[in-house]
Amino acid sequence: MNSLWAVTLATLMKDIRLEWRSKDALNSMLFFSLLVVVIFSFSFDPLAEESRHIAGGLIWVAFLFASVVALNQTWARELRNQVLDAYRVSPAPANALFLAKALGNFIFVSVLEALMTPLFVIFYNLRVLGPAWQLIPIAVLGTWALVVNGTFFAAMSVRTRSREIMLPLLLFPISIPAVLGMVAGTTSILTGEESAHFWIVLLLTYDVVFTTACLALFGMILHAE
Amino acid sequence: MKRLFPILSVITAVLLAYALYQALVVAPTDAQQGEVYRIIYYHVPSAWTAFLLFFINFIASIQYLASRKPSTQTAAKWIVLAIGVVGVIACFLPAVQKLIPAGMRPSAVATTVLAIPAFYFLVGKLFPGQRLDVLAVTTAEVGVVFCTIVLITGPIWARPVWGIWWAPGDIRLTSTLVLWLIYVSYLVLRRFSNSAQTQMLAAALAVFGALDVPLVYFSIWFFRTQHPQPVIGGGGSMDPRMLHVLVVSWMAFLCFAFLVCWSRFRLELMHREVEEAHAMESLVGSGVTSKASLPLSRSSR
Repeated sequence: MNSLWAVTLATLMKDIRLEWRSKDALNSMLFFSLLVVVIFSFSFDPLAEESRHIAGGLIWVAFLFASVVALNQTWARELRNQVLDAYRVSPAPANALFLAKALGNFIFVSVLEALMTPLFVIFYNLRVLGPAWQLIPIAVLGTWALVVNGTFFAAMSVRTRSREIMLPLLLFPISIPAVLGMVAGTTSILTGEESAHFWIVLLLTYDVVFTTACLALFGMILHAE
Repeated sequence: MKRLFPILSVITAVLLAYALYQALVVAPTDAQQGEVYRIIYYHVPSAWTAFLLFFINFIASIQYLASRKPSTQTAAKWIVLAIGVVGVIACFLPAVQKLIPAGMRPSAVATTVLAIPAFYFLVGKLFPGQRLDVLAVTTAEVGVVFCTIVLITGPIWARPVWGIWWAPGDIRLTSTLVLWLIYVSYLVLRRFSNSAQTQMLAAALAVFGALDVPLVYFSIWFFRTQHPQPVIGGGGSMDPRMLHVLVVSWMAFLCFAFLVCWSRFRLELMHREVEEAHAMESLVGSGVTSKASLPLSRSSR
């Protein structure tokens, strides 16, 4: 157990340091989601009342597409110099590697969300009518839902031809309930018309189920030959 | 076995023709929907067949993943047995019986639960080793075809009856669509993956898809309660004559699905043998005589 956390922490710090120095994933995610926000604001141009109904959908679609950029780089980075093969033969537990990658992506996507959400509020003139604090559990659970499966499927798609295209094809169908939960939960808080409790519970269930599945199957995926 | 195939083909053709006759002529006309409801005899059996095939795919994928290591295989065996025993006992507990929807008998639910271990051990017995993966490909492909039929006949039926082609909040339609999407991505993964690791990756994806389905169902169910839709289906019981035709139709569809799966299974086996022989040939070199590496010498196995 001790070595699990030690390896996780070491890999996580390595990834954060890499990202801090290059800022590859974060910059491309930021610019991509900025583009999505601007294009959506041109194409819809909503009134304040309408924008409350559609903003939940727009913001999560933007984050979903942007996070694919970061997720694609997760394992592609390790292919250079055969780092992934080195991981495979090392005695370090496979789940430590997975947890580190998932936590790293979680941090990157959370930073993106923290930077982009104010922009969304400005572009769409948003004012929250429901209990605003509930947006925090939805954001945390929703981001983890995207990232945990995304990291797993990125490890799968890195083994295929045309891997950049494979990841969204695998990730999006499985993520539909999570995306529905995030979008519907955010919309019900923004409009203040309904309670978002069910969606938070749904996201929590999704996270528990798929985190367990990822941890159970990741070793097989890493060592698949 | 080879002689059985044409016999089964003839039986299937007769059954399909009989089911069509029953559906178009014998079944009574619906009181509310009129003649248009007869599409049910194609729509519903296709759906049941598709779900059954996806279920077999899931079982085969679990078996394949478990068979990688002896320890996981034993663990999976006990877990499946426990699911069967606990599931059957739970169906008769008063606390659980309240959760069973009205109109369903606990014994029927218990039988369905028993199908999980039964299928698990049957599939493991009949399809050892690599054949599990071949079974998974076969059922996924044929299942997607039947699921496509469901998704095409659904809107055709909905248009005259509900007045709309597609109801985004309808649980059955939308969760079937998501299931279809998951299995299409499964087939895409198989197409794009390198041969050595495909089977493991595909089996993992199938398990993820099966875990996703209940979550999809509940999320859409709740979405619908928040966003009221036109009341669709549900309520009322079916005329026993209609139910009879539906079951006959399903039998015909099952026979047809079995036939298609069988030939696809044989094709995939042969395909793999050819690939193996090619790999062997390039490994050993051209020095091997063509007789030794002839791929279709099935009798040698």
